[in-house]
Amino acid sequence: MLKIRDLSVSAEGATNLKLLKDIDATFADGRFYAITGPNGGGKTTFAKTLMGIVRPSSGTIALNGRDITDKNVTERAMLGLGYAFQTPPRFKGLSVRKLLALALGDGATEDAVRGILARVGLDAREYLDRDAGGGLSGGEMKRIEFATVLARKPTVAIFDEPEAGIDLWSLGYIAEALSGMRADSGATMIVISHQERIIGLADEVLYMTDGRLSRRGTAADFLAGIAGEEKCGPFPTAERGASYA
Amino acid sequence: MLDATEWALLSKIADMHETPQGAYNIRKNGVGVERRSTENISISTKTDKPGIDVVVAVGTKNESIHIPVILTSVGISDTVYNDFTIGADSEVVIIAGCGIHSPGPGSARHDGIHSFAVGPRAHMKYIERHYGEGNEASIRTLNPVTIIEAARDSTVELEMTQIGGIESALRDTKVILHENAKLILAERVLTSGSQKAASQITIEMSGDGASAQVVSRSVARDSSRQEYRFDLLGKAACRGHIQCDAIVMDGASVSSMPMIDARDSRAQLIHEAAIGRIESEQLLKLESLGLTEKQAEARIIEGFLA
Repeated sequence: MLKIRDLSVSAEGATNLKLLKDIDATFADGRFYAITGPNGGGKTTFAKTLMGIVRPSSGTIALNGRDITDKNVTERAMLGLGYAFQTPPRFKGLSVRKLLALALGDGATEDAVRGILARVGLDAREYLDRDAGGGLSGGEMKRIEFATVLARKPTVAIFDEPEAGIDLWSLGYIAEALSGMRADSGATMIVISHQERIIGLADEVLYMTDGRLSRRGTAADFLAGIAGEEKCGPFPTAERGASYA
Repeated sequence: MLDATEWALLSKIADMHETPQGAYNIRKNGVGVERRSTENISISTKTDKPGIDVVVAVGTKNESIHIPVILTSVGISDTVYNDFTIGADSEVVIIAGCGIHSPGPGSARHDGIHSFAVGPRAHMKYIERHYGEGNEASIRTLNPVTIIEAARDSTVELEMTQIGGIESALRDTKVILHENAKLILAERVLTSGSQKAASQITIEMSGDGASAQVVSRSVARDSSRQEYRFDLLGKAACRGHIQCDAIVMDGASVSSMPMIDARDSRAQLIHEAAIGRIESEQLLKLESLGLTEKQAEARIIEGFLA
């Protein structure tokens, strides 16, 4: 269980400007959460703060009762947090095989590397020896990024807009991979998304705007654009099949 | 006989852990110490100046030549002239390089001047690694000169690597490519401390169909300094592409000076250069896979220079 209490993040060099404001949230084990809301609302900052990439100005983050607020990215990864970047960094000279082997850790076998790549719909024969730098499309990089998270077998997997910058074909694979990970791994999944297809996979949807988690409810509620005031307050209506932002 | 330190150097620069198969010539502290010619590859001592003549017979296939140089003393300045004649239709791999182990303060310097005449339709792969180690007060200097003339339809692959420990290096590479000759050149340089490395690569494509592909990657750390100059000259219907990438860290500096010179309207010449630090997102990505910052940095550099 990931528990966030009174979490705030100030803009670098401007302590009065808060990017996240007193957030309280609990993410239960094995549940799939989608976080959505308008651009600039704080979603990516929130995801990065969970992973330790951004430091909070106040508040706490606890994983299974253990305070991890002061842990760095490496320490959080070792404790079971996984993170997929919105724009995956490229590595000149580092092959896809080596990147996935790093993600798999000690004892990574060729079969394991190939298996992970297959789970995101990429053919090992075509991709393993390619450079994880230039030459791969945005969609291919996103799938490889996803594969690195799968390889870690995290207990909490955080995805920052897995749909950003990819075509519908790749989106289909990403959505299937998210669905498969949810079914197979038992990981808690926190997915920042504007995409109806991904939001539809969630057990719970959180709406973030102006640095606050202002609403939460089911995916069905969100997608229907209706939610009883007594349940979680109204969600803005999403256009079907379109980006929400 | 070579001792453990000398074999360790040979391992670093030429992947030699024992006496190699095929032809070889090992030079130690300015003197040739071991040599073997084969039926198709002749190695002989020059009579007019220090060095060797290597002749690869026409049609030789799948043979290798090891010609490493090691310096294990200080106070040495060794200059050697090695000339290679690569016969037509042959396929050969030449593993060269120089390793310096400085047992104490003082200087050790090696200037290796290598000339190659690559015959028609021949395929030559030349691998040269430079490495230094030992006393920190020692000045280790390597100044390699590589001159290649590639005849029609030949292919030349060059892998030139400086993997650390060299205080000063000035590399000068000149290649002339005739009709349909092809050059693939990979340069890798790592400097640290106050080391200085400079590389001048001059390529002349004088025949129709000639092509050159150069990928130079380097990492400069601490207060080291690197300079790169590329002259790509197209005198025919040819294609040339130079890509120079550098990672600059700490207080180091790198400069890259390209010149592409088309003297034929059919020449297609491209130069790309990028110098920058390791991106923070690259480090964070590898940290999110459980690596420490130092491990992540090392992996990024290792991959970049691979």
